[in-house]
Amino acid sequence: MIKQISVFMENKPGRLLEVTKLLASNKVNIRTLSLADTAEFGIARLIVDNPDAVVEMLKNNRFTARITPVLAVEVPDEAGGLAKVLEVFSETGVNVEYMYGFVEKKHSDKALLVFKVEEPARAKEQLIAKGLTVVSEKDITS
Amino acid sequence: MWNEKIETMDTKKLRLQQSKSLKKLVELVYKVPFYKQKMDELNVNPNDIKSIEDIVKLPFTTKHDLREVYPLGLCACEQVEIVEVHMSSGTTGTPVVDAYTLNDIEIWSETMARTLSMGGVTKSDIVQNAYGYGLFTGGFGVHYGSRKLGCLTIPISGGNTQRQLQVMKDFGSTVLTCTPSYSLYLAEAGKEMGFDFSKMPLKAGFFGAEAWSENMRVEIESKLHLKAYDIYGLTEIIGPGVAAECERQKGLHFFEDHFYPEIINPETGESLPDGEKGELVITTLTKTGTPVLRYRTRDITYIFENKCECGRTHRRIHSLLGRTDDMLIIRGVNIFPSQIENVLLKQKGIEPHYVLIIDRFNNLDSLEVNVEMSDDLCFDEVKVVESIEKTIEHALHNELLIYAKVKLVSPKSIQRSEGKAKRVIDNRKI
Repeated sequence: MIKQISVFMENKPGRLLEVTKLLASNKVNIRTLSLADTAEFGIARLIVDNPDAVVEMLKNNRFTARITPVLAVEVPDEAGGLAKVLEVFSETGVNVEYMYGFVEKKHSDKALLVFKVEEPARAKEQLIAKGLTVVSEKDITS
Repeated sequence: MWNEKIETMDTKKLRLQQSKSLKKLVELVYKVPFYKQKMDELNVNPNDIKSIEDIVKLPFTTKHDLREVYPLGLCACEQVEIVEVHMSSGTTGTPVVDAYTLNDIEIWSETMARTLSMGGVTKSDIVQNAYGYGLFTGGFGVHYGSRKLGCLTIPISGGNTQRQLQVMKDFGSTVLTCTPSYSLYLAEAGKEMGFDFSKMPLKAGFFGAEAWSENMRVEIESKLHLKAYDIYGLTEIIGPGVAAECERQKGLHFFEDHFYPEIINPETGESLPDGEKGELVITTLTKTGTPVLRYRTRDITYIFENKCECGRTHRRIHSLLGRTDDMLIIRGVNIFPSQIENVLLKQKGIEPHYVLIIDRFNNLDSLEVNVEMSDDLCFDEVKVVESIEKTIEHALHNELLIYAKVKLVSPKSIQRSEGKAKRVIDNRKI
């Protein structure tokens, strides 16, 4: 499991900019970011280095931020990479709440897929049993 | 004029009649334990009440009192004499009950017939009554008055705008009764359906149950091509038919032979002379089902000092100028912020820090409740946030009987203030 930062934002112009500016001025590199939005609010999900420190900084600056544990799976950056993981989930009946993916700079042939699932422990077990690589926080720290 | 003899009665004679009625009333209510206790506490008994001026010696009745005696604790007659009850809408927990004897219904019909007559309604009119029928007093109050006048009465009740317009067209309604905001909503909807109100036979509208302004009157009159009259009433007293505007549209005549108005200083309870602004207090002089002594309405207004040009001698109040409490009237429903707070306190995932935002779109009131999510809420999934919002919306609808949109906001994002929190933002331009 890795630590994702979730930030709750009301749907107002400039809110995301405020978050990213704060991170920039504190030299926090956003490894990847995914947005969920509705008419009323948005949730920004970020993967950064030192998530615990970053979440504290966001909170100190009056942002509504939390750590959310998510499952990160490393797959070859090629056709069928995602399908393999979803197949495992499908076979074992694990429900995916949301997911996004990104390609790591240092291993440009590998992609990281981030999942929020209903039963993360069981999902992890199944993935490992099928020979997939579930990464931990230290694996992705740049 | 529906009842010229009473409505233009010489003021001295009217005061004499009121004195007689008050003496009878006090003897009657002294038999009700609730009132006896209140009067005994103030050391007054029926013998102390010799004329209407002595009314100031009598105890006040509050909304809280009326809730305490739910359902029929105020009943001053044998219970078998009660023929009908109505109840307040959307009030915290216990509603306020108005129980009517046959004679009370007759009084109600009389004052509502006067109300409609003041706007020129006669038996040849067709009255489309779009106030809600049911426990709410609006629908039945207008209905009884309209029937008494002998009008063709259409008890269409509230809502269903398409049908309202269709019926209006098919029957050629000449009179419309509903809340002022709904009248404007009808006007807009009619325009969209290609109605030309200038060619319709509508001539008068009687609008109450919510506050409205002179600007709104101009708008209603120009859009619906009718004369718009303000009417005043409340469940605690009888329903509509407590006071109403005459054709001069300059203040609302109190039906003083049945309902006695006073203005008091809301802080001290002391009586104020006519012309001075304060809280309106009403005594029901003739009702016997659930008579009410000096009810504190919390409505702010004043009584006109001069006589009306129409010839009626019954005094007039100015249309309402505000409230002494924080009650809101949204789509004709009385709502206290405390009711919303009580609902919020029972919900999971949020804190009871909230702001109510009231607005008016297309002439319909809207209520939005912004409430802070708990610090530990796992908001990471959209469905978590949305399901909390839906749950609260449902709970609020059960309590308030109107829809309120709920929006979760960040923890600690709502401004805290010392003392009285500013919890209401009313953007309506009334």
